[in-house]
Amino acid sequence: MGKYQKGLAGIFESEETILKAAEYIKNMGFKKFEALTPYPVHGMEEACGIKRSWIPYVTFIAGVTGLSFGTWLTWWTSAVNWPVNVGGKPFFSLPAFIPIMFELTILFAALSSVGALFYAAGLPTVNPPIIDPDLTSHKFAIFIPANDLGYDEGKLREVFQKLGATEVKLSEF
Amino acid sequence: MLKRNQLVLGNKSLKDVTDDVLLPLETPPSKGWLGMLAGALTIFAFYLVIIGTVIANGMGLLGVNHPIAWGTMIVTFVFWIGIGHAGTLISAILFLFRQKWRTSVARTAEAMTVFAVMTAGIFPLLHTGRPWLDYWLFPYPNQRGPLWVNFRSPLLWDVFAVSTYATVSMVFWYVGLVPDFATIRDRAKTKLKKLIYGSLSLGWRGTAKHWSHYEMVYLILAGLSTPLVLSVHTIVSFDFAVSNVPGWHTTIFPPYFVAGAIFSGFAMVVTLMTLVRMGFPQFKDYITLDHMEVMNKIIMTTGMMVGYAYGSEFFIAWYSGNMYERFAFVNRAFGPYAWSYWVMITCNVLIPQIFWFKKARRSIPLMFVVSIFVNIGMWFERFVITVTSLHRDFLPASWGMYAWSFFDGAILFGSFGMFLTFFLLYLKGVPAISIAEIKPVLGVGRQEGGHHG
Repeated sequence: MGKYQKGLAGIFESEETILKAAEYIKNMGFKKFEALTPYPVHGMEEACGIKRSWIPYVTFIAGVTGLSFGTWLTWWTSAVNWPVNVGGKPFFSLPAFIPIMFELTILFAALSSVGALFYAAGLPTVNPPIIDPDLTSHKFAIFIPANDLGYDEGKLREVFQKLGATEVKLSEF
Repeated sequence: MLKRNQLVLGNKSLKDVTDDVLLPLETPPSKGWLGMLAGALTIFAFYLVIIGTVIANGMGLLGVNHPIAWGTMIVTFVFWIGIGHAGTLISAILFLFRQKWRTSVARTAEAMTVFAVMTAGIFPLLHTGRPWLDYWLFPYPNQRGPLWVNFRSPLLWDVFAVSTYATVSMVFWYVGLVPDFATIRDRAKTKLKKLIYGSLSLGWRGTAKHWSHYEMVYLILAGLSTPLVLSVHTIVSFDFAVSNVPGWHTTIFPPYFVAGAIFSGFAMVVTLMTLVRMGFPQFKDYITLDHMEVMNKIIMTTGMMVGYAYGSEFFIAWYSGNMYERFAFVNRAFGPYAWSYWVMITCNVLIPQIFWFKKARRSIPLMFVVSIFVNIGMWFERFVITVTSLHRDFLPASWGMYAWSFFDGAILFGSFGMFLTFFLLYLKGVPAISIAEIKPVLGVGRQEGGHHG
């Protein structure tokens, strides 16, 4: 495959220990490590040094696109391509077209945001390696890939143990 | 300072939560569930036969005719689409307001939304009379000119609103489910289960980076769904309000419809939740009496809001000085359809007043009964709006009564079979409480206060 990286994973049993561990690993200078949690842990972004998500920009651009498309569609079909006189209303009846423009704004923005999430989170991934099946239920893990700068298996095992990991294992992510 | 009640009872650990929520998925179905599914499937099959008959023979099988061209199908469409609104209110609006209690009911309420919108969507499609031509509703380049749809028509706005709403609420629901599907995948004992839930989970692994994006998208979807849900029932009300039929042509319709939608939706949530608590007793620690009480408060509040709207409509009908408008309302309350009007008032305004009493708000049997009454009342509200306004409008020469037929009743009854079939299958196939969302709020209200935030 080659898609996945080998590396070392430390398994933790509580929110507090993994938060501290993530902070510590970040301060050791690791860049490519991953923190796996069964639910979004409050404060994890800061602990891992993750920047604010860029997805809102996608939402905004998609929303503007949807709005423009709605405006263009209603204008072009009603006033250009085949203008039909409906009850003497103007061919481009802007107030009546607002619901269409609004719904298309929401539709484009929502679907693009979800598309962006799929891209950002690498979804869908077929059969990804699972470090520990409990990581989606009640355990937490930090994974450091072997190609990260300063990776030293023996030393990291000690670090993980010191940070309170209940299990340290070689794995793949 | 007021002490906060625990959101989740029984000092659950993280693993307890996973075990409890997934219990219905990991145990064979109970007799009660199988019995209910058999019943729901029977009604669903009956419904399909009725729909088939209506499609084959035409809309004439229903009571719609001159002067009442909108009947059961439109009434029931508005009824179901309104029910959907509570799901989005709970999942999106209460999320934006940081109401943590929403967490344990959000998933099921959203499922209800999705199924209610699916049930609702069938009616206008059938009501076109020639459902095989329903794709004409969408603007697409065609060989008839191209002749485009009329974007000035509220009925077309409705096509866009309802289809957008259905799409976005399904996507919102699914995004919320992805991490939970991953949990099921990782616990699956059989290959087949691993394959099904593995595919549904899309390979989700829950790294901090993924969660960061995920939470952002969840917030964005909540932010987008909030105006969307308000727009949907607003546009449904435009179907009526933009016409000039007395009783329909009123500016109060959008807020009045939205309040009514939330009212009926919460009633349906309470109906379903009391049943879910009965069928799956382990959920009582998650969907606590406190949750039910809060929902009952919302039912009473929104009930009074629709009550205010009923009153306001009457006042404006008198104050406007328009004789047709005035007649429409006097006719509603005292004409041949007065019984339906008073059923509506009793069920929607009077009966929920019992929730002033704390004992009533916290009594499961009582709230079940009240929620059923509200469901009935809200169906009648739409009946009153649609049928009584049409049956006597401007010219007495064109007055008439709705010729309720067997098919009217059958199609209303059958739609419940469809809804319940989906809902029952959902309870056994999908985690009915969001596992990933409930875990961060486990600590709320606990004595030791392990969680900050």
